[in-house]
This record gives sequence, structure tokens and C-alpha cells, in this order.
Amino acid sequence: MRMHKLFIFIFLLIVSFSAFAQSRSVQEPLVFANPQQQERFNRLTEELRCLVCQNQNLADSDAPLAHDLRREVHEMVLAGRTNEQIKQFLVTRYGDFVLYRPPVQKNTYLLWLAPLLMFLAGAGVLYASVKKRSVLLETDQDPKD
Amino acid sequence: MNSRTLPLIAFILLIILLVVGLQISDRKTAIPSPLIGKPAPAFELPVLGEPGRKMSKESFLGTPYLVNFWASWCVTCRVEHPVITELAKSGVLRVIGFNFRDESADAKAWLRQFGNPYEVTLVDMDGRISIDFGVYAAPESFLVDPQGVIVFKQLGAMTNEVIETEILPRIANMGSGN
Repeated sequence: MRMHKLFIFIFLLIVSFSAFAQSRSVQEPLVFANPQQQERFNRLTEELRCLVCQNQNLADSDAPLAHDLRREVHEMVLAGRTNEQIKQFLVTRYGDFVLYRPPVQKNTYLLWLAPLLMFLAGAGVLYASVKKRSVLLETDQDPKD
Repeated sequence: MNSRTLPLIAFILLIILLVVGLQISDRKTAIPSPLIGKPAPAFELPVLGEPGRKMSKESFLGTPYLVNFWASWCVTCRVEHPVITELAKSGVLRVIGFNFRDESADAKAWLRQFGNPYEVTLVDMDGRISIDFGVYAAPESFLVDPQGVIVFKQLGAMTNEVIETEILPRIANMGSGN
């Protein structure tokens, strides 16, 4: 029984270390003039892609480039640049790829319209099969008509 | 008849999508640079090994040149080093090193160890100019024409094949620069 408890204690101890891993942020301490700036910085770095590790955003990545880009975004936020200006700064350097939310433009129409097209195609298939079945039912049930 | 062929067609389309997706997946990590055809970003950077001397974009106008971003921590830079050296020796264009996010002492040691192919090496210690160039990997090389416009970008190691098929034809097209 005591052995049992010891094991549980050790297990919990080991598990609790992951809490340190979680709370140890990859971000360097940054100073903001007000909470709104901090909020903007957080939202921007979550929406911008790290180009080195392409499935991470700037906020989560520990790559040196992400570190530098966070510094750039931080400085631009402090300088009072708008979100659009900050995104544009990165897009002119790295292309639309840095944006996790692609803009609606000529080469992304298909991307944005695909869900609607899928929905319409599904609706078409559904309509066709319902109609076919109702025709079958009519011919089955009322052969004398 | 129709109820059987429709799923089959859908399935075949899915297979085609899968094959296409697998074939382009290797190339997806290479992001096309939006800077091609645009003027190279302005810079004014200190020269490695010459304290107090700075060079700017204007210093290089008038001749085609290659901007080669490298660092001593970059393993692939060692792979391309003989190719860059050969290109610089051939004299077809100026080869400028941009040493970025690096310690100057390490950079100098690296050049001593492997040889210095660069006409001059500029120091971009905090990586700001590399961000202006949209660099996200190392090495990266930019071919700049005499007017200061970026005409080609090589992501990753420079190869003889890229020089033959991409760099030399573009230099031939540039003329004297006026």
C-alpha cells in the first residue's frame, strides 16, 4: 500500500514537470505602453506564420527568425502602426504565405468559394436522388393511374 | 448504372487529387518571393573586418551582383561554398556576402577556414536587412541587376546547375546596365 502511494507520488511529480514546460513561454519579455498594445501584439503574432517552421505561428515558434519578427512586430505596435500596416510589412517581404488567413483575391477565389461549391454539389445530388426516389414510389404505388 | 458510376468517378477524382498533392508537397515549403522584379531593399551595413567602413545599396549600382546571405552557423553554406567561390572567381558578377545573425569573430574564422570568396562581406548582425530581403532560410542568394532590381532568388544552396540555367542567362540579358 505504501509502495503504491509512493509510485503515485513519483508519477504525479513527473507529470507536474510538464507544467513547467507549458508555462515556460518561448517569448522574450516585451514591454508595452498599455494592455491594448499587448493585446494587439498577441493577436497579430497568432495570425502570422513562422516561415522556418511553417506549421507554427510567430507566437509559438522559438526559431531565431520568429524571434526577430516578433521584435519587428513589437516595435511596429509601439510605433502605433495599424494591424493592416504591420501585416503589409510582412507580406511585402514574405508574400501572402505569412498570413494564416488568406486574403480574398483573384488567386484565392477557388479556395474561398470551394465550401459553397461543395454545398451546392451536395444539394444537387440530394435533390436528384430524392426526385428519383419519388418517381420510383409513384410508379410503384400507382401503376393503375 | 448512374448510382454506381458516380462514386467511382468521385473516387478516381480523389485519387488524382492525392497524386497531385503528393507531387507538389516537396515544393510547397519553398515560398515564392514577392521581391522578384522589385528594387532590392535599401541597406547600409558595416563591412566585416574594416571597422568604421559602411556600404550601402548605392555602392553596388551599375553592375550585376549576387547577394549571398550566409552565417557561420549555417551548415548548408559550407555545401555551397565551393560553388560560390567558383562563381566569384569566374568574374561574371560581383559576389557580396551578407553575414547575418552571426558573431563577427565566428564569421572571420569561417572565412579563414574555408576561404573568402566575397568581394566584400557586410554585417547584418541583428538580421534586420535579412528580414527586408524576406530571408527565412540560409543560405539564400539574390541576383540584382545594374539598376538595383532583384531578378532572381535562390533558396538554399547555390548549385552549378542553377548558375548555368538561371544566373548566367539573366546576366547575359542585362547588357551593360544603362
